[in-house]
Amino acid sequence: MTITREEVLHVARLARLEIPEGEIDRLRGELEAILDAVGKVAELDLADVPPTSHPLDLVNVWADDEPRPSLSAEDALKNAPDTAEGAFRVPAVG
Amino acid sequence: MAPLIDTLRLTAEDVSGLLERKEVSGEEISAAYRGAIDERDGELHAFLHVVGESGTGVPIAHKDVITTKGIPTTAGSKILEGYVPVFDSTVAALCKEAGLPIVGKTNMDEFAMGSSTENSAYGPTRNPWDPERVPGGSSGGSAAAVAGGLAPWALGSDTGGSIKQPASLCGLVGLRPTYGTVSRYGIVAFASSLDQVGPLTKTVRDNARLYEIIAGRDPCDSTTVELPEPVRIPVEEDLRGLRIGIPRELNDVEGIEPGVKEAVDRAIELAEELGAEVGETRLPRSVEYGLACYYLVAPAEASSNLARYDGVRFGYRAEVNGGGLTELYEHTRWEGFGAETKRRIMLGTYALSAGYHEAYYGQAQKVRTVIGREFEAAFEDFDVLLSPTSPTVAFRIGEKAENPLAMSLSDVLTIPPNMAGLPGLSIPCGLSEGLPVGLQLIGPQFAENALFRAGHVLERALDFDYVPERLR
Repeated sequence: MTITREEVLHVARLARLEIPEGEIDRLRGELEAILDAVGKVAELDLADVPPTSHPLDLVNVWADDEPRPSLSAEDALKNAPDTAEGAFRVPAVG
Repeated sequence: MAPLIDTLRLTAEDVSGLLERKEVSGEEISAAYRGAIDERDGELHAFLHVVGESGTGVPIAHKDVITTKGIPTTAGSKILEGYVPVFDSTVAALCKEAGLPIVGKTNMDEFAMGSSTENSAYGPTRNPWDPERVPGGSSGGSAAAVAGGLAPWALGSDTGGSIKQPASLCGLVGLRPTYGTVSRYGIVAFASSLDQVGPLTKTVRDNARLYEIIAGRDPCDSTTVELPEPVRIPVEEDLRGLRIGIPRELNDVEGIEPGVKEAVDRAIELAEELGAEVGETRLPRSVEYGLACYYLVAPAEASSNLARYDGVRFGYRAEVNGGGLTELYEHTRWEGFGAETKRRIMLGTYALSAGYHEAYYGQAQKVRTVIGREFEAAFEDFDVLLSPTSPTVAFRIGEKAENPLAMSLSDVLTIPPNMAGLPGLSIPCGLSEGLPVGLQLIGPQFAENALFRAGHVLERALDFDYVPERLR
């Protein structure tokens, strides 16, 4: 399994991780080794097997829409690194 | 009356009895555990945060993945440093309602990713049986706290084996419940189709009592269900009528230490003497493909769950000079997450990305179906399956830290039943080289009562001493 530097940078961008230049090759090597190991799942021919996304056979149900108390704005902002005027403050989007 | 409170020896039921008979007060119990923490936690580092509440019930330690209102909750990660939740998880609320005061929050591998508790951003936990060795993980802090007499019982969480394996390595009883029986509302998420909360205790009866407190449907977690039958605290004395299967592949997998195999084989013979019908069964593809399946499903789900750590609403925020919101996200996440977490986020993101989704995540979900069917077939002939919990006893700190693939083999026997959503109980079944060996009992979905019964009978017959030899 070969992964290019560009692929590592693409995946890091999708995952919103800023990889320092000096770490790209190390991560590339680690990912290649893990993908070689997990690639084992491809050995099985499972064309007719349905996927399992959830281990229990649950059916969807509707709950009554009953209002109940929720967090206050003050509580919701309590752990924020930066706030302003009752909102989360962040740098400009772009 | 100080000698009455031997925290290393007392079970949760013992503590409960002392409190009910008013032989000791809640304050005296709390002080005894606080004293044990002062004495031994400097060495063990089981706790990230000591709370030391006292009350009318048996004190409990919570793995730091469990959200506790007003008490710091970090999941072993720097990215949640300083986070103080404004709400309680359902399990914390249920323990509170049952009157269980909180001893503290226990150390863990960051976001429950690991099998040794060495991946904690706050340093490793040590095994009370031998401080040079790991307690297992990721619920290593909870296991070390109970085995080291720092808490009467504790809650952990288990995705690939994170309750069963540390229970095994620390000489304790650990239950990974059937998927869906315990609420995950307020549990820091790792892999949502696998994560379950469960008890770590000294005895099977303690375990059943704590499971009884936390189990049941929760309107705040749509994956939970009502238990089909109430929890029974086990009292049986034999195993007559119980059909026990020995899956050959789980008992012969490469890398099982001879001392582990011997202890498990002795327990299997004992089960037969106690009246169980014992026979061999097969799970060929579950063991061969289980690990690969897990290392696609869990990181994929983690990469999605961990997207919430963005430096905006809570937790760590990186300093960025002049950059925009994207730079803030990228720097915060690179600086806030540890190496193993980033590795798994990258792997999971890759496995879910356009062009690879079907070959990796999609194929792994199909393997999961195959594993579920193999267990289903085995349970047509058997009520309970037995195997070692971990192929090895506790390993040395640092021994596997730089080799993620070697570390992952710690969970090769616990992962297959977890993929199928099955309950598993680990009980200690002896020593190998002076260190505890765990026996894994696996049941069909919702068969916790059968596991408690079998575990209780075997525990009495095995007569394992859960107090670490060097502390007796």
